[in-house]
Amino acid sequence: MTELAESNAGLPEGYEGARARWEAEVAGHLGADAPRVNRSGLPVQALYGPDDWDSSRYLEDLGFPGQDPNTRGIHATMHRGRPWSPRMVVGLGTPEDYNKRMRELYALGLTGLFVSPCNSHLRGYDGDQVDRELLGVCGTLIATSEDMERCLDGLPFEKESVSIGDTAPYTLTAMYLKVAKDRGIPWSTLAGTTNQSDYLSHYAALHMFYRLALPGQKRVLLDHIEWMNQHVPKWNPLSVIGQHYQQAGATPAQAMGLTLSAAIQYADDLVARGKEPDAFLPRVSFFFDVSISFFEEVAKFRAGRRIWDRITRERFGAEDPRSRRLRFHTQTSGADLTRQQPLNNIARVTVQAMAGIFGGLQSLHTDSFDEAIATPTVTTARIAVATQNILQHEAHLDDVIDPLGGSYYVESLTNRMEEEILSVIEEIDQLGGMYAAVQTGMVQKMIGASSLDFQEKVECKEQIVVGVNEYTTEGDESEYAPVPERPDPQKIDAYLSRLASFRSHRDQHRVDGALAALAGAFENETENTYGLIVDATEAGATHGEICQTVRDAVGFGEPLIVV
Amino acid sequence: MDERAIGKARPPKVLVTKIGFDGHDRGSRIVATFLRDAGMEVVYTGPWQTISGVCNIALQEDVDVIGVSSLAGDHLILPKLMDALRAAGLDHIKVVVGGIVPDTETELLTSAGIARIYHPGATRDEIVDGVAALAAATRRSAAPLEAQP
Repeated sequence: MTELAESNAGLPEGYEGARARWEAEVAGHLGADAPRVNRSGLPVQALYGPDDWDSSRYLEDLGFPGQDPNTRGIHATMHRGRPWSPRMVVGLGTPEDYNKRMRELYALGLTGLFVSPCNSHLRGYDGDQVDRELLGVCGTLIATSEDMERCLDGLPFEKESVSIGDTAPYTLTAMYLKVAKDRGIPWSTLAGTTNQSDYLSHYAALHMFYRLALPGQKRVLLDHIEWMNQHVPKWNPLSVIGQHYQQAGATPAQAMGLTLSAAIQYADDLVARGKEPDAFLPRVSFFFDVSISFFEEVAKFRAGRRIWDRITRERFGAEDPRSRRLRFHTQTSGADLTRQQPLNNIARVTVQAMAGIFGGLQSLHTDSFDEAIATPTVTTARIAVATQNILQHEAHLDDVIDPLGGSYYVESLTNRMEEEILSVIEEIDQLGGMYAAVQTGMVQKMIGASSLDFQEKVECKEQIVVGVNEYTTEGDESEYAPVPERPDPQKIDAYLSRLASFRSHRDQHRVDGALAALAGAFENETENTYGLIVDATEAGATHGEICQTVRDAVGFGEPLIVV
Repeated sequence: MDERAIGKARPPKVLVTKIGFDGHDRGSRIVATFLRDAGMEVVYTGPWQTISGVCNIALQEDVDVIGVSSLAGDHLILPKLMDALRAAGLDHIKVVVGGIVPDTETELLTSAGIARIYHPGATRDEIVDGVAALAAATRRSAAPLEAQP
C-alpha cells in the first residue's frame, strides 16, 4: 500500500472509528498521569472536536455580533468598524507632570484619557495633610479643580471619553465637570467614566478607596449614579470592576462571577430606588483584568457577555439592547509580570493584550514592562502603547470579528467557564447578594485561597514562571530596568505653596456654606447629595474637605480583610 | 544559642503590615500565611498603618521582626519608621521589606537599617528562613549578656 492509500484506508471507518484510532494512537503519550487544568481549575483536554461543542445552538449560544446573547461582541461591527481605544492609566507627580506625560503619549497614538490620583487622595487627604515623601509617587496630586484644569491643559478632552480613577465621594469627577463648565463645554456632551466607583470590589479586594461605613458608601454611589444619569447622560457613573478581584488572586472565572454579582447588586439597589433598568443599565460599564492564560481569558469574556445579556433580560427585564451589553475596559495583569529579566514582560503583555482583543474589549491598558519594578517611565509606557499599535496595524487583529468563535476548544471552554461563573453568582445569591457576601468574609476567603493556591504552584514549579523559578540567570534583575522617575521635590514644594495660596484666596464664606449644605443633605434620606459635591467643588472646597464632610456625615468604615 | 532551639522555646513572632496609602495586599496576605504555616506567630494588620501605630503594635506584641509590604512607593517613608523605632527603644527589632523596591532605592533603605529586601519572585523558603534567622538575631540582641553562650 502507498502512504496515501494507507491514510485513506481509514475513511470508511467513520467518525467514531477515526476517533477511536486517534485515541489509541495517543494513549499514554499525552500525559494522562498529569492532567492539565487552567487557572479556573477546569480540565484542559489535548484535543477538542464536535463532541465538545454543539454547533447547532449557534443562535441561542452565540448569535451575530451586536445581537443577543452578545457572545461574539456587543457591537455589530466590533473592532473592524471601530478599533479598540488604547487607554493608559497615567498618574504621577504634579498636575504639570501628568499633563506633560499625557501630551507625550498622545503624540504616540494614545486616544483615551485616564486620570489616576495620588494614593494619598484615595485615603481622603489633600497634599498638605500627609508625609511629603509619598506625594505624587503613585498617582497625580489633584486636590482642586484648578489642579484638574492643569492636568487637562491643552488636551482635547471634549473630543475623547475620559476615564477618571475616582472613588467615593467622586470629587475628581466634580472637578472635571467644573473644568468643562469653565471651558464652555455642555455637560450633556461629556463622555467618560467614574472608573473606580465600584466600592464593593474595593471593600473585598483592592482597598484603594476612601473608607466610609458601608451604608454611606452605598448611598454616595447611588446618589452619584442618579445625578450623573440625569445631568451628564453620556457618562458612565458606574464602572463595575473585575480587575480588583483577579489581581488580588481570584481565578478568571471567580473574578467574572464576583463582578457580575456586584453589578446585580447595584442594579437591585437602583431598582429599589424606583429606577427603570433600561434607564440606567445602558450606562453601566465594566473593567476587567486579563491574564496570560490566553484561551481561558478569551472564554471568560465571551461567557461573561452571554451571562450579562441573560441576567439583564431575565432578572431585570431590560428591553433596550444597550442595557444588555457588557461594555468593558481591560488592563493587562501586572501580577503576571516579573522583576527578573524584565524585558520578557513585553512578550507577556502582548499575549495578554491579544487575549483581551480576541475577548472583545472596548478599550485597553497595556502594562509597561517595568510595572513590577516601578511606576512606568515615558519610554516603557511608549513601548506599551506601541504594542497595541503593532497588534492593530501590523498583526491586523482588528480585521475579523470574534476570530476564535467556532473553535471547538474556545466554544467548549466558553461553555465551561459560563458554568463556573454561574456557580459563583449562585453562591453569592444564596448569601443575599454581594453587599451581604463581602461582609461575611466569604469573598475575601475565596480570593485568598485562590491566590495561595496559585503561589503554591509557583513554589513547587507546577507553574513555571520564566526567569523566576525556571530559566533563571544571575544578576539579570536590573539589567534593563529603567530608573524610576520620582517627583521633583522642588515641584512638590511649588505645588504645596500653590495649594496654600488657593486656600487663602478663595471665598471662604462660600466654601463653608457649600460644605454645610452638603452635610445637611446627608440628614435627609431622600435628598441627592452628589449635586452638592459638585457645588462645593465649584465653590472652591478641596478634595480633602469634601471627603471629611462626607465621612463626618456617614461615618468611618473599615473593610473586612481576611488572611 | 541554636536558632532552632529558639523556635522550640517560643516561635518567632512577626508583624506583617503595610504603612502608607496603598491597599494592594495580595503579597502581604500570602507572606503572612507562609510564615504562619512555618510555625511562626504572625500579627497581621492589613494596610494603611501609620508609623506610630506600627511602633505601638511592635511594642505591645513584643515582635521579633517587622515585615513591611510596599508596592506603590510607600517604602520611601521607611527611614522614618526606623527613626521612630530607635526613639522608642525598639531598635533590636529587625525590619524587612517585601514588594517593589527599585535598585536605585536600596541604599536609602539599607542605610536606614532595613535588614533585608525581598523582591517579587522571592521564594517561600527564602522568606521563611530569612525571617527565622532575623528573629533569632533579635532575640540574641535583646537577651541579657549572661544568657548568651
